[in-house]
Amino acid sequence: MTDSLTGIVQISIAAVLIQNFVLARFLGLCPFFGVSKKLSSATGMGMAVVFVMTVASMITWWINKAILIDMGVEYLRTIVFILVIASLVQLLEMVLQKFTPALYDSLGIYLPLITTNCAILGVAIINTGINVFSGTGYSFVESTVNGAASGIGFTLALVLMAGLRERLELADIPKSLDGLPIAFITAGLMALAFLGFSGLSFFK
Amino acid sequence: MASVSLVKEIKRGVITENPILILALGLCPSLAVSTSVKNGLGMGLAATFVLAFSNVIISIIKGWIPDKVRIPCFIVVIATFVSILQLLIKAYVPLLDEQLGIFIPLIVVNCIILGRAEAFASKNNPMRSLVDGFVMGLGFTVSLLILSCIREFLGSNKLWDLLVVPNFKPMTAMILAPGGFFAIAFVMGVVNWVRGWKKKEVKKA
Repeated sequence: MTDSLTGIVQISIAAVLIQNFVLARFLGLCPFFGVSKKLSSATGMGMAVVFVMTVASMITWWINKAILIDMGVEYLRTIVFILVIASLVQLLEMVLQKFTPALYDSLGIYLPLITTNCAILGVAIINTGINVFSGTGYSFVESTVNGAASGIGFTLALVLMAGLRERLELADIPKSLDGLPIAFITAGLMALAFLGFSGLSFFK
Repeated sequence: MASVSLVKEIKRGVITENPILILALGLCPSLAVSTSVKNGLGMGLAATFVLAFSNVIISIIKGWIPDKVRIPCFIVVIATFVSILQLLIKAYVPLLDEQLGIFIPLIVVNCIILGRAEAFASKNNPMRSLVDGFVMGLGFTVSLLILSCIREFLGSNKLWDLLVVPNFKPMTAMILAPGGFFAIAFVMGVVNWVRGWKKKEVKKA
C-alpha cells in the first residue's frame, strides 16, 4: 500500500471522467436532477459535496481500519458509516456556521440534503473495496483523493447539466417530455459522451 | 371490505403514487441495476423487504422517538434491516450479491424508504404501514421490471437470460449508463402522455 503519484493521478482521472459518479456509476442522481435547474445552486451544491465527500472519505477510512476491521465487526459497516456521515454533516454545518459564516451562507441549505445523497455513502463503501489499479485496498491518501475526485466529477456533471437545463427552459419541448423526461434524455446524451472516456484505458 | 381496500392500496402504490415513475424517488438504484430482469427483480424484492419491515418497526416505536432526532432514528432502523438483508443475500444468493454489489448497502439511502417512513409510517398504525410498505415496494419492483425489460431486450437481446429475437444485433449502450437514462425518459414520457390524455377525456365528459 505505498502511495505513488501515478496511482493518485490514475484514481483522480478515473473518478472524474471514466467512472464519473453520476454519468457512469449512477450515484447521487436525486440531487443531480433536483438541484440542476439553476447554475448558481448547482455550483453551491457541488462545492458542498466535494467538501463533505473528502472529509467523509478520510474519516470513514480510519473508522473502517481502526474499528471495524480490528474488532472484526465488518458486518456493522453500513450502520456505522451512515451514522458517521449523518453526524459529520451536522457537525460540519455547526462548524461552518460558527467559523466561516460566508461559506455557510453559500453551502448551508445544501448540507442537510447531503446526508441522504448516496454518492457520499457510495464513496465510503468503494474506499473499503479493492483499488482496480494496484489490486490492493485503498490507502489513506488514495481514499482521500478518491473522495475529492469523485466529488469533483459529481460537480462537473452537475454544473454541465445545470448549464444545459437553463437553455432547455427556452426550448420548445413536446408536452409529455417536459420537465424530468427531457432532463433524463439530456443526461443520457451526456453519459454517451462520457462513455468516450472509457477509451482512456487505465483499466487492464 | 378488506379486499377492496387492498386492491385500492395496490393501485395507489403501483399506479397513482408509483415511487419511481410518478414521484421520481429512488432513481439511483433503479437506473443502476435495471440492466437485466433478474437484477431488477432482485433489487425490487430486496427494497420491498426493507421497506415493509422498517415501516412496521418505525410505526411501532414512533411514540417513543423525540421529534427532533426522528430522522437519525429512522435511518438506524433502516440500516439494521439493510444489514440483515446484506447478510441474507450473501449467504443464500451470492450471485445476486455480486451483481448488485454496492447498491445493496446503498438501499439505506434510498429516498423511497426514508420517504415512506417519514410520510406514512410515522403517522399510521403498524398494520397499515406494513401494507403501505408492501404496495410501495410492489410499485418500485414493477417499475424496475418495466425498465429492465426494455434495457435487457434492447441492450443484449435477452429476457431473463433467454435469447428473444434470433439474428438481431442488440445495442450495447442500452445496458450501459446512457441506456438507463434513455429508458427512464421514454417510460416517463409515455406515462405523462397517458396522464395528459386521461385528463382530456375527463374534461370532455
